Formats: sequence, C-alpha cells, structure tokens
Amino acid sequence: MRKTELAVVGAGPAGISGALEAASYGVKVTLIDRGDRPGGQLVKQTHKFFGWHAKGAGTRGIVLAEQLARHIRENENVTFFGSTEALGYYSDKVLLLETPRGIEPLQCERLLVATGASEKMLLFPGNDLPGVYGAGAVQTLMNVYGVRPGRSVLMVGSGNIGLIVSYQLVQAGVRVAAVLEAMPVIGGYAVHASKIRRLGIPILTGHSIKEAYGDGQVEGAVIWKLDEKWNGIPGTEKDLKVDVICLATGLTPLGELLWQAGAQMEYVSELGGFVPLYDENMETTAKGVFVAGDASGVEEASTAMAEGKLAGLSAAWSLGRVPPEEFTRKREEIRNELYQLRAGPTGQKILRGLETLSKRAKKVTA
Amino acid sequence: MSDEGLLVTGIPTSEELARVTPPRERREKGPCVMIECFQRIPCDPCHYSCRFGAIKEFEDINDVPEVDWDKCTGCGMCIAACPGLAIFVVDESTGNEECRIAMPYEFVPLPEKGERVRLFDRAGTEVGTGVVERVIPGQKPQGTPVVWVRAPKELSLVARHLAVNREG
Amino acid sequence: MDLRIEDHPILSFPERKKVKFFWEGREVWGYEGEPVASALHAAGIKVLHKSLKLDHPRGFFCAIGNCSSCLVVIDGVPNVRACTAKLRAGMRVEMQRGAGPAPSDRE
Repeated sequence: MRKTELAVVGAGPAGISGALEAASYGVKVTLIDRGDRPGGQLVKQTHKFFGWHAKGAGTRGIVLAEQLARHIRENENVTFFGSTEALGYYSDKVLLLETPRGIEPLQCERLLVATGASEKMLLFPGNDLPGVYGAGAVQTLMNVYGVRPGRSVLMVGSGNIGLIVSYQLVQAGVRVAAVLEAMPVIGGYAVHASKIRRLGIPILTGHSIKEAYGDGQVEGAVIWKLDEKWNGIPGTEKDLKVDVICLATGLTPLGELLWQAGAQMEYVSELGGFVPLYDENMETTAKGVFVAGDASGVEEASTAMAEGKLAGLSAAWSLGRVPPEEFTRKREEIRNELYQLRAGPTGQKILRGLETLSKRAKKVTA
Repeated sequence: MSDEGLLVTGIPTSEELARVTPPRERREKGPCVMIECFQRIPCDPCHYSCRFGAIKEFEDINDVPEVDWDKCTGCGMCIAACPGLAIFVVDESTGNEECRIAMPYEFVPLPEKGERVRLFDRAGTEVGTGVVERVIPGQKPQGTPVVWVRAPKELSLVARHLAVNREG
Repeated sequence: MDLRIEDHPILSFPERKKVKFFWEGREVWGYEGEPVASALHAAGIKVLHKSLKLDHPRGFFCAIGNCSSCLVVIDGVPNVRACTAKLRAGMRVEMQRGAGPAPSDRE
C-alpha cells in the first residue's frame, strides 16, 4: 500500500499552505485535489487580495495560485495527486482515493482536511431552471474557461463574492441588471460595492428574488421588497429580463470527510453550517485529523492560508519534527496573525462563531 | 449625492468624502491623491506603494489610510496598488476650466491618448466627457491600468469612472 | 453575442485545439480538454439533464463537481458530471433523462 506521513485533502490556499509548512520540516506530504492542478478557488479569482503587503497582499488570486503551484512542484517532500477524490478515511489511518487509475488506498500518519466549502441554495420557484448558477460556477465558467454565462445577469447576494463576481461579469462584457441583498445593508466590503456602483449597477438592499421564470431555461426574474420579517411585500414586484440568475448567498463548509472520519461536528451559523470542533492546533476530536480553511468555518483566502500553515505546523510537531519552543513561538505568531485579520468590523461575525465553537469544545473536554 | 450611508448604497456620504478630499489650495497647486477607503478592513499595500512616505504607516492592519498631502506628489503609483481600486488622483492646477483625474481602469478596450471618453460619477450616472491624456497599461495578469483624463474642472471630485465609446 | 471571451482586461486565454463532438447526435465544437459543460454552454446548450421524478430541465449549478446537477450520458455511460468531464474529439454526449440508461441498455 502507498504510504505518506501527512495526507492533505484539498489543494486550495489552506491545503497548500499546510502541505508546504509540514514539508518544510521534512514531513512527506501527499496533497490531493479533485482538480487537475493545485490552487483551489484561487484559479478563478482575478481580483487582488487584501491583507499584509509583506504577505503578498495586492496579488491577484490567479497569480497567487500560480506561485503556490510552483512551490508545490518544486518541493520534493510534496507529491501532488490531481484529478483525485478522497472517498473515505478509516480507523486504520487509511484514506481511500479515487484516482484516474482507479481506487487506491493511501496509508497516512496524519490527515489534514482542507476541503473548502460549497454554495448555498436559495428557495424560490424556478430555482432549478438552467440559468440559475452559483456565483462560483459563473466565475469558473468565465475566468477559467473563458465562457460568458449569458448576456444579462441578476446577482442575488451582496457579500464580497456577489460584489466581486458582478464586477468580473462586467469585465467579461456581461451586463449586470442588479445586485439584490435581503439585509438592510450591503454584506461585502464597501470598496467592492463602490466599484460596481460606479459602473451603474444598482444594489437593492431589502430585496429578494420572488421567482425565476422561463420556458426550459431562465428568461427572467421577478424581484420584490422584503418587510422586516423577511417576507416579500405584494405590489412591490419588478420584472427583470435576464438569462442568468447568479446565487451568491453564502457558502457552507464541505465536511463529509470529517463526519465520516468521526470528528465531532457542531452547527454554527456564523461559520456557515456544520464545522468540526478543533483545538488550538487545528486538530479535530478525531485524533490525528486536522482541519483548515473554509472546512473549519467559511472565511476567506488569507485566513485560510494562516490556518493551513498552523495545521501543517501542528501535524509536523505531532510527528516529532518541530522543536517544542519553535512550535510554541510559531503557533503564537500565526494565531496573532489570525487575530489581526479578524479584528476589523467584518471579522466580528467570525469571532462570534469561533467563540460559540470553543465553548462547545470546552463542554466536550469537561 | 446620496447620504443614506455607504453600507446601504455603496456610495460614500458627503461627510465621508470631505474627510479624504484634499483641500482646494492643495488641489490647485498640483496633483494629489484622494483615497476613497472608509471602512476598517485588513489591508496595507497603499502605504508600501508610496515612495514619498505620503501614505502613513499602519499601526493596525485594519486602519484606514491617512495621507500627508504635503508629501504626496500625485504620481499615482498607489492607484494601481490598491486592491480595492479606491484611489484616485485629482489635479486642479491646469487652469480655470479644466482639471486632471487619474483612475484605475480594468476594462477592455483601453482608451487611447487623445480619445474622448464618457465620464461617470460614483453612482454610475454619466456626468460629462473628458479627453484621455495618458494611459499607463498594466502588465497582464497582475497589473491595473491607470488612465489620466482632462475633464471640466467641476468634475474633479465627481467623475470616478470612464467608458470608451467607439461604436455609434 | 458569442459567449466565448476573446479579449479580457486581466486574463489571457491561450490558443487551444478546436474539436468536434456530438450533442444529441448534432455536431458542435469545443476546445479539447475543457469541461464538456463549458463547451456546451458556449454552444448555447443549457439543458443537460431532466430530473428524476418531475422531468424538470436541469443545467449545471456549481461547475466544480460538487452538486451533480449537470449529469449527462457520455459515450453511453450515464451519470457523468458534464462540469468535470474533459472534452475529447468525437465524444457523443446525450441529455440524461432521469437515472439514464441502465448498463444493459448500452450498445
């Protein structure tokens, strides 16, 4: 059977950072991804990232993905398995993989789950019509494969993803009819909102989609205003002729592998759904199974990279590769970085979610 | 101008804009930066992009940028560095009727020098036209192109987007 | 409007090899190695699947292999995700109706 010291599932920013950190201590790492190249969702992020200049802020996601992929290729301790899905993790530390060659077991001493997140669906009549796409799908289609999703788009959701994808749609030559936001305020960063407002795209707060219609595929959408109890207000309907409805209504962690590995999972709405309990080393309640990135709670790439680094460091430490003082010092450095990244007003929701999670973790250990 | 609030409309209020607008005397002296970044978010590349030390160092990564207009030369290096595309340069030193505005422009086609372009305000409303004075193309894929336009003076604090109009 | 992006302010799309393939017996083209879903989308084909119980039209939703909304039949094999299957010349792609053809129905 093929063996590795650390198996990392998911080669996005979290998984790659974890793999590189562990590999820097000589740990033999196998990095697994469903896609054929490393980078995760960075490969479709054409915008520039915020964060510290010293840590590459201002770099476009696509450029960062290239850099990370090169580091992976050049690292002799990391083996990349592309076009491979992790099917399950068993108590004898065997990870079952579906590779292009067939089903293969992989014996691993430690496992890092960095599987990311998937898009949330929204309930409305017609939501299953072709032409209703996740925002990530729209980004993949246009920024990775160079295909426009349609001619005219209604964006549902004004978080950063909804705002950024709206801007990217215009860059690709697609009209954005409007951005809807159910809340009374815009969900994403103000600079992203300002960027699309000056392109003439309306952001309608307190609005939602009532229905999508069309013969076999989307031909339009009816939108309406919401009252303070989130109910649509009859008489406020507007008809928008669009051929694409793009859902940017949030993400939920992809935790199947963690459930299956026996990690204790908790529902924390601020973190996007079910997330594993984990300790200050990013280790879950399933011994030897670590978590990082959106799988541990939906945030964004810079926190995912810091969490991945922490999980990789911890995995290497638990394998006896990191001197204790160095481990403690580096762990505090990364935790401080995470703290600063979440210190602004937009990080408050995440901090509330993490607090809920840590309270439940204490209950488990008590 | 809407004053409902930045987080409702996506458009800064007049009070918010007043805080980041260079004083008139400064604008009439020559080009200077206007950083339309009002929200505490973890981001600092603008400070490092300025070789004149005009954008003060961040104590906390979430601080909003603070400009020393005496040090700012209006070079516009920070425009392409800002991940939020929130930085503009304005210059009212060119005469009574005209001003110059520099803005980021990540669209195709890029305008050409001498070309007349349509100008838009922060709500995307067309407010007039300007003539392109200079285009600094960005290197793909990382770069952000910056376009300098000459516009009617009253648009220096108003026009924040442009569109190339080659058909019809 | 052609849905293929030619000119983009940030991205450059490299030259790729055009190949012919078949959608419901009709000849269409795409780029070799791109997902079947993007080639079909660019060819104006959005309905990829008819749902199991209600026969509702379905297209892709996530485009990265998460959701299985885009199941098609490729060269007689049902339940293939059009968003992750890579396009090859001469592929025969059919809309999947419900659960698709059982293996014994295949030629």
